[in-house]
Amino acid sequence: MRTLFKTSYDQDLDLLKHGGQRFWYGLLLLALLAAPWWLEDYGLTQLSFVLIYGIVGLGLMLLAGFTGLFSMGHAAFLGVGAYTQALLTQAGWPFLVSIPAAGLLAALVGVVVGLPALRVKGIYLAIATLAFGFIVEEGLARWDSLTGGNAGLLVPQAQAFGFVIDSGSKFYFLCLAVAVLSTLLLLNLLRSPTGRAFVAVRDSEISAQCMGIHLARTKTLAFALSAFLTGVGGALYAHQIRFLSPDQFGILQSIDLLLLVTIGGLGSVHGAFLGAIFLIAMPQGISMVKDYLPTHIGQAPGLQSAVYGLVLVGFVLFEPYGLYGRWLKVRTWLQLFPFYRRGLFARQKSYQKSERLR
Amino acid sequence: MELQVLVSGIAQGCIYGLIALGFVLIYKATETVSFAQGDIMMVGGFVALLLINQLGLSLWLALPLVLLALAAFGLGLERLMIRPVLGQPAFAIVMLTLGLGYLARGVITMLPVVGTETHRLELPYSGPVHLPGGIVLAVEQLVVIGVTLLLCLGLFALFRFTRVGIAMQAASQNQLAAYYMGIPVKRLNGYVWALAAGVAAVAAVLLAPITFVHANMGLIGLKAFPAAVVGGFGSLPGAIVGGIIIGVVEALAGFYLPEGVKDVSAYVLVLLVLMLMPHGLFGERLAKKV
Repeated sequence: MRTLFKTSYDQDLDLLKHGGQRFWYGLLLLALLAAPWWLEDYGLTQLSFVLIYGIVGLGLMLLAGFTGLFSMGHAAFLGVGAYTQALLTQAGWPFLVSIPAAGLLAALVGVVVGLPALRVKGIYLAIATLAFGFIVEEGLARWDSLTGGNAGLLVPQAQAFGFVIDSGSKFYFLCLAVAVLSTLLLLNLLRSPTGRAFVAVRDSEISAQCMGIHLARTKTLAFALSAFLTGVGGALYAHQIRFLSPDQFGILQSIDLLLLVTIGGLGSVHGAFLGAIFLIAMPQGISMVKDYLPTHIGQAPGLQSAVYGLVLVGFVLFEPYGLYGRWLKVRTWLQLFPFYRRGLFARQKSYQKSERLR
Repeated sequence: MELQVLVSGIAQGCIYGLIALGFVLIYKATETVSFAQGDIMMVGGFVALLLINQLGLSLWLALPLVLLALAAFGLGLERLMIRPVLGQPAFAIVMLTLGLGYLARGVITMLPVVGTETHRLELPYSGPVHLPGGIVLAVEQLVVIGVTLLLCLGLFALFRFTRVGIAMQAASQNQLAAYYMGIPVKRLNGYVWALAAGVAAVAAVLLAPITFVHANMGLIGLKAFPAAVVGGFGSLPGAIVGGIIIGVVEALAGFYLPEGVKDVSAYVLVLLVLMLMPHGLFGERLAKKV
């Protein structure tokens, strides 16, 4: 078991707390940087996907995991980011400008959604965002002249000042850079007063208000930042998919994103990426074991949906902190060996608290 | 013509209302929102299909059986899945019921042959009816409106006059206090889920002639959410009224406004309601004293 011995105040501010973390995260970064040399094209594409979903996951994690506001229409922000990026790239904007622009437009939409969301809580918020998601999806489908409607929209290659992103590895490095920047942004945000305010609002709105936190401003900011990250992820998603159609940004995508943060582990930055890995690896895993199952189960179209449901139910019932929570338990078991107690992470029993009175 | 649009809007709205009734029952009693309600209805549709089409039972014999089967299903669901996470944040239960919905849809489509196709439920009633005033309606739509009215009366009587109903009201107002008064809150929660599943079964049989029975018929539940919100999430009459409002607005939007508006009109309406009166038409207005 490691005991941290702090010898200067600066150590409290360090993102990486000790040598072990420095070593492992450094190794991870090196492995990711070297990925184009040890991965096939296909693997690299999947890894880019994981990074993109990770960025989007960070956005939703900020909202659902850290501010406690949950959105069932997050795919709408993804869609706004993706379409903005596609149209700006068509207009010849360099990606260095258009990706932040896509994020900013999504953030603007986020503020618009956030404003009515200030008045409603809990389940009402979920339904408001759900309704918003449907409206954006229908809007994308109906605004033919701009988005191409249901016929879809082709996304040209990203370029900036003569540098064209025309290969998988170049695009991968772009995704990696954006993912690292977003992670650093979120980590730094979370240890700033704003980030602490988000967590306070999640834990108890009334206490947060008593401590002088401006609820309306904090929640709107959370929506805007979350939509910004999601929009940036959407911009990359546009280039990864290369062909946009409104049905990619519907309710199913929104639920997939919620699945991502829940399975990854609500309230952890690692969770966003673990969830993204799960979301990308799951269909692959299913198609791998498909052939070994009896035909009428293996070839059934509902197999994937059933497995998703089962995994989701299993996680909520048995591991509410998701994959990251499971890793924490394994790590603690290793650190405390052989003194790990079963009750260490036991959930406290509680009666159902009324939401109506909050 | 307008009247015809209006009446078919009301019939469609009654279906939304019936599903919304399931949400509201569960929300009122257990403070949880079941996103699986639409999919429970879908399961009910398939059970009805099995009994009526495959086994050839008559509607009057099959309907109680479907109700019983679904009530047992709801009871089991509550015991196995919902009770362990009671007291956890609302988000956990939302995700759990979303997962249940996925699971139900997946399992049904995995049934060989039956699961992936669209079926017609063979019911003894069908065909057009001519009403005074030149309105032509399908019998199915009239049956929907009639049964919804009957079901509302039944539920009203249940909550007003029976011991179980009054205990449910107490539990929905304050679970802890009800528990201290000796009301078996956990068992009641199970009954509420059974009741909600039963209502979903009725909705499934009523909806079957209109949209047919298929694995994705539960997605209509997403339209029932606006209905529940418009009516105020905690109010039983509100659910039906909200459903009818949504149904009528949709029918009128489909008739007068350009194509595409119909599909989002329910959601635009719910956003407006949330902005202007967040507690809905019949919702209770409560605030916590600190």
